[in-house]
Amino acid sequence: MALATRTDRRPSITRTLWDSTVGKKTVMAVSGLIMLAYLVVHMLGNVKVFFGADEFNAYGHWLRHMGEPFLHSHWGLWAARIVLLASVVAHAVSAYQLSRRDIKARPVKYAHKRRRAGYATRTMRWGGVIVGLFIVWHILDLTTLTVNERAWAGHPYENVLATFSTWYGNTIYIVAMAAVALHVRHGFWSAAQTLGVGNARRDKALKFLANALALVLFAGFVSVPVAVMTGVVS
Amino acid sequence: MKLTLRVWRQKNADAPGTMATYEVDGISQDMSFLEMLDTLNEDLILRGEDPVAFDHDCREGICGACSLVINGDAHGPERTTTCQLHMRSFADGDTIDVEPWRAAAFPVVKDLVVDRGAFDRIIQAGGYITAPTGSAPEAHATAVPKAAADHAFEHAECIGCGACVAACPNGSAMLFTSAKVNHLGVLPQGSPERETRVLDMVARMDEEGFGGCTLTGECATACPKGIPLPSIAAMNKEWLRATRKAKR
Amino acid sequence: MSTYTEYTTGEPLADTKAPAGPIAERWDRRRFEAKLVNPANRRKHTVIVVGTGLAGGAAGATLAEQGYHVVQFCYSDSPRRAHSIAAQGGINAAKNYRNDGDSVHRLFYDTVKGGDFRARESNVHRLAQISVEIIDQCVAQGVPFAREYGGLLDTRSFGGVQVSRTFYARGQTGQQLLLGAYQALSRQIAAGNVEMHARTEMLDLIVVDGRARGIVARDLVTGEISTHFADAVVLATGGYGNVFYLSTNAMNSNATAVWRAHRRGAYFGNPCFTQIHPTCIPRTGDHQSKLTLMSESLRNDGRIWVPKAKGDTRPAADIPEDERDYYLERIYPSFGNLVPRDIASRAAKNVCDEGRGVGPGGQGVYLDFADAIRRMGKDKVAEKYGNLFDMYERITAENPYEVPMRIYPAVHYTMGGLWVDYDLQTTVPGLFAIGEANFSDHGANRLGASALMQGLADGYFVLPSTINDYLARNPQAGDVDDTHPEAVSVLRETRERIERLLAVDGDRTPDSFHREIGELMWEYCGMARTDAGLRKALARIPEIREEFWRRIKVPGTGAELNQSLEKANRIVDYLELAELMCLDALHRAESCGGHFREESQTPDGEAARRDEAFSYAAAWEFVGTGTAPVLHKEDLVFEYVHPTQRSYA
Repeated sequence: MALATRTDRRPSITRTLWDSTVGKKTVMAVSGLIMLAYLVVHMLGNVKVFFGADEFNAYGHWLRHMGEPFLHSHWGLWAARIVLLASVVAHAVSAYQLSRRDIKARPVKYAHKRRRAGYATRTMRWGGVIVGLFIVWHILDLTTLTVNERAWAGHPYENVLATFSTWYGNTIYIVAMAAVALHVRHGFWSAAQTLGVGNARRDKALKFLANALALVLFAGFVSVPVAVMTGVVS
Repeated sequence: MKLTLRVWRQKNADAPGTMATYEVDGISQDMSFLEMLDTLNEDLILRGEDPVAFDHDCREGICGACSLVINGDAHGPERTTTCQLHMRSFADGDTIDVEPWRAAAFPVVKDLVVDRGAFDRIIQAGGYITAPTGSAPEAHATAVPKAAADHAFEHAECIGCGACVAACPNGSAMLFTSAKVNHLGVLPQGSPERETRVLDMVARMDEEGFGGCTLTGECATACPKGIPLPSIAAMNKEWLRATRKAKR
Repeated sequence: MSTYTEYTTGEPLADTKAPAGPIAERWDRRRFEAKLVNPANRRKHTVIVVGTGLAGGAAGATLAEQGYHVVQFCYSDSPRRAHSIAAQGGINAAKNYRNDGDSVHRLFYDTVKGGDFRARESNVHRLAQISVEIIDQCVAQGVPFAREYGGLLDTRSFGGVQVSRTFYARGQTGQQLLLGAYQALSRQIAAGNVEMHARTEMLDLIVVDGRARGIVARDLVTGEISTHFADAVVLATGGYGNVFYLSTNAMNSNATAVWRAHRRGAYFGNPCFTQIHPTCIPRTGDHQSKLTLMSESLRNDGRIWVPKAKGDTRPAADIPEDERDYYLERIYPSFGNLVPRDIASRAAKNVCDEGRGVGPGGQGVYLDFADAIRRMGKDKVAEKYGNLFDMYERITAENPYEVPMRIYPAVHYTMGGLWVDYDLQTTVPGLFAIGEANFSDHGANRLGASALMQGLADGYFVLPSTINDYLARNPQAGDVDDTHPEAVSVLRETRERIERLLAVDGDRTPDSFHREIGELMWEYCGMARTDAGLRKALARIPEIREEFWRRIKVPGTGAELNQSLEKANRIVDYLELAELMCLDALHRAESCGGHFREESQTPDGEAARRDEAFSYAAAWEFVGTGTAPVLHKEDLVFEYVHPTQRSYA
């Protein structure tokens, strides 16, 4: 009498996570939240630009010397960079694999077309790609200074001003921040669902928080190029 | 009413399909959508053509057999099953598109009929409580809080029609799977198998080729029984809990 | 073309399986006397189960749990869709949780009396005994029955019964119970103990050396016709209400399996016993494909009426109170709107026949909640009946809070079915029939909330015990396979029938014939039957049958998914079964339960049973299409519940 119907051996937690759509979504949620937390900090740092070149450049200096004297110079910064890089890679690889799977799961489209779901939901994939490309440009522009016109190492204030004094610099940045905001708006709520935090009672609060985060991030980040363009910061 | 129908016709699983156009006349507002298709089929038979194949059985909204995408909506414009959709939801002269459920895991069998065997296999993977006949304790031995019983019932209402998968842009079966996981997981009778159930059902769901969930909410909007979207979050929570706790 | 209205009477039939002795001990004794199959040997036995409803699903799962190899079939794409799923009201069980005087004996008594003394006492008592175990079993499976705030199970009174013994899951009890059985079955499918064939329809029975040894089935997707063999065959294929075309049955519910089994030697019990449910939504026109039931519980608070005047077409609201006839309250002052189903149905037919019906075609009566809304408030009414009101509004586009509902009786359940003994074995050894497919424990009329009870009792508890005895006493009599002459000939006959259906290429659709036979049956073998009417139907049915084979048009081929072919093939069997139903109704010149013969009524128009002549179950033996069948009578002996005339005035 074969009554036992389940296998007793289970794969490791990592295996279970990575092999499952639910697990991969968890990876995306956790990495996304890490990046979101970073964005909030990053945005707070950015608005220091309003307090003048000295304060802003000193902040940049501190970032490179975080944790000293316990840590060696740049170690803190690199630690953050490694965590972020890992998050980006995990987020992107999961997204890529899940998207491929999703597209494969619906190979034939309906002949009758109609608009579906909210704007943020539908733009998660393309929005994600845009944000990814922006990160590359952003690093080349203000970290490695490869594409920055001023490219004055150790003087981020001047470099930022240089970026936002070109029309394309502003355009790229503002479009990217819009993409980030939309991405955060659906992504934050979505991460809450994936991590099982969402339920009917909390739904309103979560959606409010997601919208608030998106809005605050967008406003905070975009305030800088706007200030440069309007001459408030020069 | 006079209507123009554009209906997906496909001879069998391997044949290519196409949208064919038919005119139907003399349609009453009181007809159900399926009775309207019956009328079309009677005409087709008498004209010597192959009638349109579609799944249907109880025609009272509970068996879950009927499965048509009408003008791009699973089960059509009302929040109900196709069999309970009536022609008064349409206007004279309308053109109506009728298509089968579309998902890789639900291959078309013929015309508007698809194979939903994947749902059965998800249930077989763990959507049950092990209680062989005769082994049950007295029903009142375990009290079940009313809230838990109601929560279980709300999810047990799922009729397995597959509208959630059909509506999902990713062809995901998360809402279906979460309905059963929620139903059984909340009951004391179902708790000994909580971890294995959710892990095995989700694994099976993935193996069947359903897509992942991007929380677009289309599934819950299409669900004729109102299985709510937060059920998916609850299943995610259950799954994460099980990943930590399951014995290895 | 031959017609028949006469029949011959054969040897009387008796159930030899129920032990004698005190009725409360019979089931225990039978289980003890039954031979068992050694657990190690069970896997060598194959049992075919046809159907996956409450009875079939429960039986398949339980037999597999016991260790048998089960091969199971259903015509749907999934075993979860069987029509048991549509049952609304609830399931009876003699738990006496309410301490309101209920007991196994009272449930037994109510069921025998409710069935108008046309059921076998031993079977009914066993059903009442098992009812308590069913609830335990279902709760353990996770069936979400309604509960009280304390966490214990809620019950309600149902169908005019004076005790609250009905367990329910809102208006979806059938669905929840079926999903419980389906999940148990799914577990066994996963374990490899059940080989499930979905979208496969049984078309014939293979009988070898007088024993049921297999079936012929058609894969509905590929059209392939194949044979399947086993040591025993269990039919759990439901009732035959779809003979009437319009009924509350599912569109694909059909009688082919039982009728084919009947043709192969299984006697058909009480075919004329059909139940007409009083509260269904009336038809709206000729396009109507099926009827939808509204739960009987509506009669607890709704008042049924029609206008006093004939042909009164004013809207309900414009008809003043003194021009309304609350006919049930008038004729049956003590039971009022809560009279049993058969009485309520017939009364509705009578007022409509008088020309006082309402709605399109005058085929409806009002079920009015205006008083209830005044008395309890709209919110309270919505709380109690909201989902039913919503369903009504969806179908009719009328708001029952504002205008009275319109209802009309519809065919709902068939008490008749294959004759079975106490072991649920038909007259073909090795062929068992369970659930609505057998002639069951309901006699001439089924009580509300008893169908689910019987289906699950048969499937979970009775059959899995009694089939052991058959399998133990009949070790495999040599292997039967495709090459056996019986298998070859049944397979050939099935193929020929399919080919013949496709070859006619006439000018009428399957549905047109189904509608025609259905209307004929509703007219002459429906709520009220007469000698003359039944004779008319018996003369007409062979003509329709002849016309069918001349004019049927089935498009397409047999080697594909062909829903027209499926329908046409089922109609072939309805056209024969209908004739037997009419003959049975004609021969039973008494009124009992759902069978009302106008010639047999009391002076005030109530059903008059004639125990002296008809206290038996009629089991019909098939002789040939168009040939008078042979009647075998099983005398009914009442040792515990003494027949009385029902009275509801």
